[in-house]
Amino acid sequence: MSSQSFDLIVIGAGPGGYVCAFRAAQLGLKVALLEKRATLGGTCLNVGCIPSKALLHSSEHVAFARTHAAAHGIRFGSVEIDLATMLKRKDEVVAKNTGGLTLLAKGRKVTVVTGEAAFTSPSTLAVKGGQGTTELTAKNIVIATGSAPVELPFMKFDGSTIVSSDHAIAFPTVPKKLVVVGGGAIGLELGSVWSRLGSEVTVVEFLPKIIATYDDDIVRNFTRLLQKQGLKIEVGAKVTGFARGVLTAERDGTVLEFSADKVLVSVGRRPYTDGLALDRAGVQLDDKKRVKVDDHLRTTVKNIWAIGDVVAGPMLAHKAEEDGAAVAEWIAGKAGHINWDLVPAIVYTHPEVASVGLGEDAAKAAGRAVNVGKFNFAANGRAIAADATDGFVKIIADAKTDRILGAQILGANAGELISEVVTHMEYGGSAEDLGRTIHAHPTMSEAIKEAGLAVSKSAIHGM
Amino acid sequence: MAIKVKIPPMGESITSGVLSKWHVADGAVVKKDQPLFELETDKITSEGTAEAAGRITFKVAAGADVKIGQVVATIDESAAAAVGAAAPSVASAQEGAQSAGQSPAVRRLAAETGVDPDSLAGTGKAGRVTKGDMLAATEAKPAAPSPAAPAPAAATTPRAPGERQTRTKMTRLRQTIASRLVSAQHEAAMLTTFNEADMSGIMELRKKYQDDFVKRHGVKLGFMSFFVKAVVNALREVPGINAQIDGDHIISNHYYDIGVAVSTDKGLMVPVIRDCDKKSMAEIEKDIADAAKRARDGKIALADLEGGVFTITNGGIFGSLLATPIINAPQSAILGMHTIKDRPVALHGQVVIRPMMYLALSYDHRLVDGKESVTFLMAVKNALEDPARLVVGV
Repeated sequence: MSSQSFDLIVIGAGPGGYVCAFRAAQLGLKVALLEKRATLGGTCLNVGCIPSKALLHSSEHVAFARTHAAAHGIRFGSVEIDLATMLKRKDEVVAKNTGGLTLLAKGRKVTVVTGEAAFTSPSTLAVKGGQGTTELTAKNIVIATGSAPVELPFMKFDGSTIVSSDHAIAFPTVPKKLVVVGGGAIGLELGSVWSRLGSEVTVVEFLPKIIATYDDDIVRNFTRLLQKQGLKIEVGAKVTGFARGVLTAERDGTVLEFSADKVLVSVGRRPYTDGLALDRAGVQLDDKKRVKVDDHLRTTVKNIWAIGDVVAGPMLAHKAEEDGAAVAEWIAGKAGHINWDLVPAIVYTHPEVASVGLGEDAAKAAGRAVNVGKFNFAANGRAIAADATDGFVKIIADAKTDRILGAQILGANAGELISEVVTHMEYGGSAEDLGRTIHAHPTMSEAIKEAGLAVSKSAIHGM
Repeated sequence: MAIKVKIPPMGESITSGVLSKWHVADGAVVKKDQPLFELETDKITSEGTAEAAGRITFKVAAGADVKIGQVVATIDESAAAAVGAAAPSVASAQEGAQSAGQSPAVRRLAAETGVDPDSLAGTGKAGRVTKGDMLAATEAKPAAPSPAAPAPAAATTPRAPGERQTRTKMTRLRQTIASRLVSAQHEAAMLTTFNEADMSGIMELRKKYQDDFVKRHGVKLGFMSFFVKAVVNALREVPGINAQIDGDHIISNHYYDIGVAVSTDKGLMVPVIRDCDKKSMAEIEKDIADAAKRARDGKIALADLEGGVFTITNGGIFGSLLATPIINAPQSAILGMHTIKDRPVALHGQVVIRPMMYLALSYDHRLVDGKESVTFLMAVKNALEDPARLVVGV
C-alpha cells in the first residue's frame, strides 16, 4: 500500500470541497482532493444545481414556444420535444462544468485521488479506488462529503418508480403522471421541468404551504402562478404510501389518492458521512447526524474540519463554497470570513423566488419592529416589455435604523436580482441606500430600488 | 515601532484643552502630516497632525479633557511600512475610499444633520458607518431647529423646560470669553465716553481711490485701516492709554500692536495686527483680511492673539447704533465702531444730512483719566473726519 502525505486533504469534491482545495493551493499548501465519483463537482455539478438548470432552461423554451410565442407574433407549427437531445445537452453542460474543474485542479497542482475514503486515524485516510487502496496522511483534513436525498422509510427509492432528484434529472421518457412529494425548491424545480415537458404533475406537501420558509404573501402568489402553469398543489397532506400506481396521503382524516407513473421524493437531504469511519478519527456527530463543529468549522478533533451540507446550516452550494474558502484561509493562518446570516436562497422555477436574511413574517413573529417596502413588477417598464410582470420585490428594514434585514423576491430572474441586496446588507446598508443607488433603466433591478424607496413610502412608480 | 501622539505646546498661558474631534478612525492607517484631531483650548482651536505614518491607536476619546504634552494616541510605524511595501496602490485607493465610501443615506444625513460620519465608530463591515449609526448620533445630538417645522401651538399650561430647551456644553473658547469679560468688569473701573464722527471725508476718499487701491494692492480699502491709523495717531498723542496695570506697577507700551475683533461661528476672536505705526494702510488691510480668514477657518495660532496694546471692535457691521464695549484685559481701552447712518447735523449754522457714526471708548479709569480718554477719542474723531491730519501728523 503506497503512502503520501499532504498539508491538507479535502474529502469530497463538491462546491465546498473543491473551493477549499483550490483556495488552499493558492495559499501555497500541498493539497489532495478525494472524490468517489469519476468527475469533480459533487452533487451540485453532476446531479443537482447544474443539470436541473440545464433542463429548466430547455423546458422554459418549450413553454415559451407552446404558450407565449403566439402573443409575441411568433407562430410555430407543432412543437415537438426531443427528450434524448435535451438530456444529451444537459449531460454536455455537466461535462463542460466538471471538465473545467479537472483542468483547474491540474493547474493549481491539486492532487485528485478517486476513491472512497475512510479514516484510519485522526491524520490518516485509506482511499479505496480502482487501483487498490492508498494511504494518505495530512496535517489537516476537511470533511466535505455533502448530503444525500432523504428516503421515506415506507417507500424506499427504487430508481425507476420511487425516485430521488438524482434520477429525476434523467427520466428516459416523459412520465404521464408525476407526483412530487415535498414542495421545496428541488421538488418544484423538477416538477416544473416535467410539467413543461408534458407530465401531469401533482406536488404533495406536508406543511400548510409550499416553500414554507418564505413569507405568506410570496408563497400565496407563487402557488397561484404555478397552478396557472398546470401544476397541482396539495398542501397539508401527509403521504402514507404507494402501491399499484397510486400514492396515498391523508389530510384532516380524509384519504387522498394520486395516481402516478413516477414518484419523486424530495423531502430534504441528509448529511452524508457513510463509510468515513469518523469514530476512528474521534469526530463526533450532533443529534441530527451532522458533523459537530465550532464557529470556525473545526470538528471535535483539532486538525479535522467540516464544511457544507455535512454541518449545520442551509444546504446550499454557495454556503459550502464560503465555508470551504474560509477554512482554507484559517488553515493557512489567514483571516477567513463568512457571514452565515446572509446566505441567499433561490427557487429556480418560473418565476423564480429568492430570499436573503429575515422575512417579514419571521421578523414580526420575533417581535421586531420593521418597515416593509413592496414593489410589483407589473409597474416596471422592462418587466412589461419582457412579459415578466408576475411577482414583486419586498425589502424588510429595521423600523428604527432602516438597516436592511432581509429581502424576498418573486419574479423572473429573482435569483440574479437578489445579489445586490445581499451586497448592500453585507456593508450594513439601509433601505434608503438601495433607493439612493442608481439602477440602469430599463431593468428589472429598478424594482429593487423602488422597493427600497417604498420602505419609507417614497416609491416613484408605485403608490 | 510605535511613536506617541502628544498634545503640542500652545503658548505660555495654555495648559489644557479639549480634544474635540478625531479626524481619523481608531485603527486607521495615517499619513505623515495628516490632520489627526482638533484641539480646543481657552483661546483657539487648532489641529494636531501626524508626525509619522502608521496605524493609529487612540488613547482618549473625542471630547476628552487633555493636558499639554499628554499622549492621546500612538502610531505604529511598522503598519505603514507593511502597507506601503506590500501594496502602495491599495493604500492610496483605500484612502480615497474613506471619504467616498460612505453610503448615500449616510452622506445625506451628514449633510442634513451636520453629524460627521468620520467622528463615529461604525457598526458596518470593517467599521463603516451605517445609516443606523448616523440616526443614533443624530438623536444624541440636539436637533437643529427646523425652519420648515410648523410653529407649535402656544402653550396654555406650563411645560417641562426640557421640552423647549436644549443643553449644550460651552466650548472652551466661549467659557474663556465669558470669564474674561466678567473679570474685566470686576477688576477694571470701566467707563465709556462717546463721540460721533462725520464719515463723509473717509467715504469720499474711499470712493476716489478705491479702484487705484485695489489695482495696486489687490485688497479693498476698507474703513478699518483708517480707524487703525487714527488710533495709532491718538495713542501717540495720549500715551497714557497705551499702558496697562500689572499689580502695583504701570507698564507703558512703546509699540502699536492693535487688536481687531473678528466674529467667527465659534465666538469672538481678536487677532493682533503688529506694528501698525510702521505699516501702510494696504499692509494693514491685508493683515486684517488674512487674520480674519484664518480666524474663521480655525487656523489661527495662539501667537496671533497675544500682545495687543489696544482693541478696536466693530458692532456696526451688525447694525449696532451705540454700545459700550468691554475692554480686553490687560489693555486699558477699547474703541467701539458703530453703524454709519445718515443723520441731520448742524454745520455752519445749517442743518445738513451727513453719514454719521457714533464712537465709544471704554477705558479703565484706574489708569486713564477722563481728560485723557476724551482727548484720545477727540483725536480719533478728528483724524476720521479729516484724514489729511494723519498725513500731516496733527
